[in-house]
Amino acid sequence: MKYLCLICAEKVMEQMPRADADKHFEEYQAFTDAIRASGHYLGCNRLLPPDAAITVRVRDGRISVTDGPWVETKEQLGGYYLVEARDLNEAIQVAARIPGARFGCVEVRPVAQDLQTLRALGFETQDANC
Amino acid sequence: MVDRDAASDTGQQPSAAAVRGKVEEIYRTESRRVFATLIRLLGDFDLAEEGLHDAFRAALEQWPQQGLPANPRSWLVSAGRFKAVDALRRRARFEFVEDLDDRPDPASEGAADGDNPGDGVEDDRLRLIFTCCHPALSAEAQIALTLREVCGLTTEEIARAFLVAPPTLAQRIVRAKARIRDARIPYEVPERAELPARLDSVLRVIYLVFNEGYSASVGDTLTRAELSAEAIRLGRLLVDLIPEPEALGLLALMLIHESRRLARSTPSGDLVLLDEQDRSQWQRGLIAEGTALVERALVAGPAGPYALQAAIAAVHAEAPTAAGTDWVQIVGLYDLLLQREPSPVVELNRAVAMAMRDGAAAGLAAIDAILVRGELADYHLAHAARADLCRRLGRNAEARVSYQRALTLTMQAPERRFLERRLTELAA
Repeated sequence: MKYLCLICAEKVMEQMPRADADKHFEEYQAFTDAIRASGHYLGCNRLLPPDAAITVRVRDGRISVTDGPWVETKEQLGGYYLVEARDLNEAIQVAARIPGARFGCVEVRPVAQDLQTLRALGFETQDANC
Repeated sequence: MVDRDAASDTGQQPSAAAVRGKVEEIYRTESRRVFATLIRLLGDFDLAEEGLHDAFRAALEQWPQQGLPANPRSWLVSAGRFKAVDALRRRARFEFVEDLDDRPDPASEGAADGDNPGDGVEDDRLRLIFTCCHPALSAEAQIALTLREVCGLTTEEIARAFLVAPPTLAQRIVRAKARIRDARIPYEVPERAELPARLDSVLRVIYLVFNEGYSASVGDTLTRAELSAEAIRLGRLLVDLIPEPEALGLLALMLIHESRRLARSTPSGDLVLLDEQDRSQWQRGLIAEGTALVERALVAGPAGPYALQAAIAAVHAEAPTAAGTDWVQIVGLYDLLLQREPSPVVELNRAVAMAMRDGAAAGLAAIDAILVRGELADYHLAHAARADLCRRLGRNAEARVSYQRALTLTMQAPERRFLERRLTELAA
């Protein structure tokens, strides 16, 4: 089973004091090395701060864009890990080790793996690593 | 489980695929044992789960080159413990260090156990069952933990079987494990003196799991049949490890119920009552095994509630027809059961058996006596049983009222269809 772990926190790296951010990067490196070694790792990325975001909508065939993220919350999406785990509880255990979980929170979302989805996304087999 | 292509390209090793298959087989047969031992060695469920995962991961990487170890389980326990301790040390750099001091020091403890895990492995499985069924946990948590940690089912599978949302079930498991840790619930088989009470809670969890799979009325019937199979597997394990009379009795009861699974519903899922079942469909092998276990339980000591229920089920199972059943013996067994465990539901069953032994009128009087006390007023089976006896006595108007009362009280679709069918027959 695949799970997407969305990391949300009040501050992203760019908003932290330099020393704190350096330490945080180090923690992420250790965590990512560990889940690569354990085989849980499928993919991950850090996102630039929400002030770099653009929100896109199409209404009546016309594109409209607005600055910023499409939801206003105190906590912002800072990055994600896509992990492979035996079940939801194993995914929770992996998510709990994400450094950001100690400052913000991590939302764990099961990845849809039904046939219709896999076909629509062009994955030929269930094993496709998206 | 252990995943993907760690063992894929080892070049000159032609047996890589074979080794991989072997690892998967060992995962199926041994992973819960290895896990149980790792919990004892590491003192923590989550750490043990990580260690288990890493050990199988390492096996996939190393066994294709190095060959299968002489004792795979021993290898996995050692690897799992080593990996977990290593991970803990690395993590301690960033996390609260006192966390580490809280745990028993895995490195210093019981090296001999890891080197020779053949010793006490079955005790570890028993420890795991008793911990998962600890009375400090709610019944729901006990069931979820037992199925996940002892049987190895996934959170999603358990959630589907119990018609609960996976996040709800996942939280139940996380909280139960936190409770085990916070309340410092010891990872041990209870002392002899404590055993009967603690065993009760284990037997109850196993029987609940079985019934959840047996009274299939809602949800995915296939998943539910698997729950019964898991319960029987647990029952067998328990009988192997602690052959207490009630453990024998529970396994016997489950096997004899299971023997009737095919006969108790039509292909379209309609309910078939015991007296109308095609007895040639009963699985004789399961009945023979169950009956032998009942006999062992009954000679082992004063019969407990599971052994008595199993004995009743065995008498039914041995009868050639409903009419040819030894009802005298069945009523007698219900009397013993009532002495051990007074309950209006048992009384109701005794009344139905009495109707077969002494006639419908005697049974009806007994049921009315229970209903008058009000205890089973909202229990649909009490009204259904009453209706059935009225029907047999030709008191159709009374039968109709009771069937209707039963119908308003049950939500189970097959039961509803059964009651509706009886009502239609009465009208005809």
